[in-house]
Amino acid sequence: MTALLSLAGVTAYYGAIQALKGVDVEVNEGEIVTLIGANGAGKSTLMMTICGSPRARDGRITYDGQDITQLPTHLIMRRDIAQSPEGRRIFPRMSVYENLLMGAHGRPAAEASETMEQVFGLFPRLRERRLQRGGTLSGGEQQMLAIGRALMSRPRLLLLDEPSLGLAPLVVRQIFGAIRELNRTTGLTVLLVEQNAFQALRLAHRGYVLVNGAITMAGTGADLLARPEIRAAYLEGGH
Amino acid sequence: MAYALQQLINGVTLGMIYGLIAVGYTMVYGIIGMINFAHGDVFMIGSFLSLIALLGLSALGITSVPLALALTLLFAAAIAALYGWTVERIAYRPLRGSFRLAPLISAIGMSIVLQNFAQVSQGARSKPMTGLIPGGFGLTIEGFTVQLSYVQISIVATTLSMLALFTWLVTRTSLGRSMRACEQDLKMAGLLGIDTDRTISLTFVIGAALAAVAGLMFLLYYGVIDFYIGFIAGVKAFTAAVLGGIGSLPGAVLGGLAIGLIETFWSAYFSTQYKDVAAFSILIIVLIFMPTGILGRADVEKV
Ligand SMILES: Nc1ncnc2c1ncn2[C@@H]1O[C@H](COP(=O)(O)OP(=O)(O)O)[C@@H](O)[C@H]1O
Ligand SMILES: [Mg+2]
Repeated sequence: MTALLSLAGVTAYYGAIQALKGVDVEVNEGEIVTLIGANGAGKSTLMMTICGSPRARDGRITYDGQDITQLPTHLIMRRDIAQSPEGRRIFPRMSVYENLLMGAHGRPAAEASETMEQVFGLFPRLRERRLQRGGTLSGGEQQMLAIGRALMSRPRLLLLDEPSLGLAPLVVRQIFGAIRELNRTTGLTVLLVEQNAFQALRLAHRGYVLVNGAITMAGTGADLLARPEIRAAYLEGGH
Repeated sequence: MAYALQQLINGVTLGMIYGLIAVGYTMVYGIIGMINFAHGDVFMIGSFLSLIALLGLSALGITSVPLALALTLLFAAAIAALYGWTVERIAYRPLRGSFRLAPLISAIGMSIVLQNFAQVSQGARSKPMTGLIPGGFGLTIEGFTVQLSYVQISIVATTLSMLALFTWLVTRTSLGRSMRACEQDLKMAGLLGIDTDRTISLTFVIGAALAAVAGLMFLLYYGVIDFYIGFIAGVKAFTAAVLGGIGSLPGAVLGGLAIGLIETFWSAYFSTQYKDVAAFSILIIVLIFMPTGILGRADVEKV
């Protein structure tokens, strides 16, 4: 079986600084794959490079059998890929409702309102807040909105960058529960970046470890969880 | 009292024209964080296009004034929109992502190009136009007759309809939502599948079309134009946008009204010769003491 998403030898730069040094990652249909690594390892860069911003300088990114390496960002995102990016990036001066509508950009209105009902089912909090401005939501609500907005395009592949950052444990559990639920019931494929390596590895089918812009380890969630070097670096307090 | 009422009428009329131009400055600033210094010149081009269209239509024997004005408005807006699109495409888009001053310098260059183009193709002398809509209402109070001309009524009515149409576009349509999304977070808009380059182009197109309508209004109001009106009106409309809080659409209209009123009252009670100085002084004072303007947000500064 060929992977839904595959990166082969991908490099990315910010000016002269190399942030990705030849990364190979594969995500199969229906999988939850997590990417763990310390701050500044290049996890967010990897997520953004998949979306063409920054653009990969070398290597190849294929999605659903097609080369998307050179595609403009908006065309990549129109191929049922969605990203809930680092920092949530909610539109602060739009209502929750409008933020969600933006996620369904370019899709029929009837489908959008149907999907919005599903999102409200997943995060009832958003329904209560639907007329409130995005910028006035709490951190947890914004995260739900960011994920909900990404789901509005009915993606096959969801890229989630640090959905648990800065949230209370209860909210984190709720969000991770929602991811697992979506994966199980709809077969949604997820690439998840997390600081919280323990929870991420327990949730994911497979994981990759990124160090200084290069993949150093890969394996199943359980396999990585059991490795002493992972425990030392990412699970027992230290980064 | 009656004299002041007259100034109020004149000031509001003028202010509407400035407000219409200011919307274009504020929209472009909101979306790409850049002052489009060529915008005033697109307004000037719109004014010339209006003059050409009106003369052409009269040569064709179209005598119905409302029909001629409607056709002129559409013609000027459409062609000016093409100018706006072209300016963005050749002068700004290639510089996106380069250092901050680059598009600013390019904008000033574009402004000079448009001014010279108008000067060379239309001549340096002022172009007069005979009054198209004569007459109006007069009301005599305390021996002073307050005039409300049909031209003024047309200007205010047209401007208000344009602003209503534009507000509907921005708040209710998918394109308007995309424009606001790009204005609030350009990168995120791209991540949602919005063609951000196209949205930016359309912002220029809409701003230019509104400026062209302002150009037609200016021509009707003053009955004389030259290649230099874009610079003067541009600086005033830019002042209006800054005064209202650059990035804010209602602010642009309010700022336009404020500048129109200040300029009119200043000319009426102090000195006509220094009316432009008044507007420019306000710009400087606002920039120093109130850089975010009346309705401005502190977070509007792009990084
Ligand atoms: N926009 C940017 N401009 C320049 N350097 C950046 C930018 N974004 C990230 N970097 C640098 O790239 C490296 C990887 O960052 P990032 O992908 O954000 O890491 P992570 O998400 O793993 O914390 C870091 O050294 C960071 O400083
Ligand atoms: Mg990150």
